[in-house]
Amino acid sequence: MTAGLGVDVAGLTRRFGAGRPALHGVDLAVRQGEFVALLGPSGSGKTTLLRILAGLEFPDAGRVRVGGRDMAGVPARARGVGFVFQHYALFRHMTVFENVAFGLRVRPRARRPAEAEIARRVRDLLALVQVPELERRYPEQISGGQRQRVALARALAIEPPLLLLDEPFGALDAQVRKDLRLWLRGLHDRLGITTLFVTHDQDEAMAIADRIALLRDGRVVQFDAPEALFEHPADAFVAGFLGDSNRLPCVVAGGLACFAPLPLPGMATSLPDGPALAFVRPGALLAAPGEGAVVQGVRHDGRALHLVVAAGGRMLEAAPAPGWDAPRRGDACALSIAEARFFAAQQ
Amino acid sequence: MTGWRPRSALPGFGLSLGVTLLWLSAIVLLPLAALALRPWELGVASAWESVTQPRVLAALRLSFGAALAAAALDVPLGLLIAWVLVRYRFPGRRLADAMVDLPFALPTAVAGVALTALYAPNGWVGEPLGASLGWRIAFTPWGVLIALVFVGLPFVVRTVEPVLRDLPAEAEEAAATLGATRAQALRRVVLPALAPALLTGFGLAFARAVGEYGSVIFIAGNLPMLTEIAPLLIVIRLEEFDYAGAAAVGLAMLVLAFGVLLAVNAAQRRLRPWARA
Repeated sequence: MTAGLGVDVAGLTRRFGAGRPALHGVDLAVRQGEFVALLGPSGSGKTTLLRILAGLEFPDAGRVRVGGRDMAGVPARARGVGFVFQHYALFRHMTVFENVAFGLRVRPRARRPAEAEIARRVRDLLALVQVPELERRYPEQISGGQRQRVALARALAIEPPLLLLDEPFGALDAQVRKDLRLWLRGLHDRLGITTLFVTHDQDEAMAIADRIALLRDGRVVQFDAPEALFEHPADAFVAGFLGDSNRLPCVVAGGLACFAPLPLPGMATSLPDGPALAFVRPGALLAAPGEGAVVQGVRHDGRALHLVVAAGGRMLEAAPAPGWDAPRRGDACALSIAEARFFAAQQ
Repeated sequence: MTGWRPRSALPGFGLSLGVTLLWLSAIVLLPLAALALRPWELGVASAWESVTQPRVLAALRLSFGAALAAAALDVPLGLLIAWVLVRYRFPGRRLADAMVDLPFALPTAVAGVALTALYAPNGWVGEPLGASLGWRIAFTPWGVLIALVFVGLPFVVRTVEPVLRDLPAEAEEAAATLGATRAQALRRVVLPALAPALLTGFGLAFARAVGEYGSVIFIAGNLPMLTEIAPLLIVIRLEEFDYAGAAAVGLAMLVLAFGVLLAVNAAQRRLRPWARA
């Protein structure tokens, strides 16, 4: 199979009509063979970026290079980029076999493989995506997960150096989605094709991507490895988008953050005076028997206890402090913060 | 529960099938049965003779030949119109969209008179064609063809339009990312998806054209053996009080039309392999 090519995007801007642009000066450098997630809330421009890379959409400004080659004047059909659509876009009047063979059959005669070679490659691909028994079926006769695999095989048939997937697991149910994403990661590791996939599910991005480009309002807010995003979020948006942190407003005065009206002790911070936001992970918000908050829910996930506590008119996710073994619904408790990340409030 | 009927959660099978059969019998089958019985008053031999007269055969040949040709011409024309109406936004699109239905709404005799006026040897279109190329349209089989193309066109446009509108752009985009040219995407992806609708439009346009009377009799000239259509022959026999003879021609038309529509349906199933059980 082909090795991947790097992708280099600079200053990419795309505007649909008036109003906020879908992409606003996006820079992104993806290394050869990398597995990258484009993560962001809906409307952040991630699908537009993917479509521009495939040549299905055209930027108003900026440039795209794939393997060092400028893609500005190259139409989609000449890019040789594999694209898997969110709803698969399989050809419903063709069998699975013909769907996968399509990219080979439409080649100009000089580059088109012989019929036996096409059949061999289609069967290899169907075996690779683990659905060899489906070749005679039509897309409407197979399940969502199978369609996803067939769509992937069809995209891989043209031996793309770059594979783009738009919400590849979006239409699948939870278990299939988890199986398929690990399988996709394994496939990537075997083939080495540079892969970009769009998702709005941070778990998914965290689970399989080498690096995550986090988009908001048409800009790349941060582009980093999952651990780095988690440990060093660039701003309050990143910290809030990743993980299930409690988001606590506070006021900083003289190096001390004050959480009133929440019943929490003040914390030292290096931020200047003014309103701020603190992100506190559930495991860092500790509850111990005492006053100020009330346990509303207790959940055991097999490893640890998770609490939902009501405090100051809000519901917060917390963990019992060491030594408090049996918190129960309705118990009164006091809260303390073991660790928090502070950002100056925007505006 | 036993029996031939599978259990289903969809209610009302018995009731709706009963009502359907009743309506179908009262509105379609009964008159058709009357039509089918009438010719035998003559006896089989003379009924057969009545429909195999050279004049009748010529009329049937013209009616079915022109209707098939007109439906075949309507398919590419209708596809083109539907394509333009669905894919592009241009000033006057709504107006053009409404105009497509005019052949439905116009009394067909009006259409016939208008077409005749246009294509007659001294008409706006007929005169230049006759003078420059020596073509005669009105009062020839070509005139019949033009009238039938006119009345059948909306059927193709209206059956293809919704299918084309629902055709996801993604399928074409997928074809493009896989390396297909525009022409390849059209031929291998778009047209096969539209084929069932095109065939339905063909069947409807054909059915309408075979039975068409009003618009054709003006432009055809109605010369026996040359430009006389079968429905006109039926009217002529009725006026001669030859009811059984009229019914015999009618029955012949019915059988032929049914054969064509059955063939269209059979082709329809072949075009939708994915829907086959």
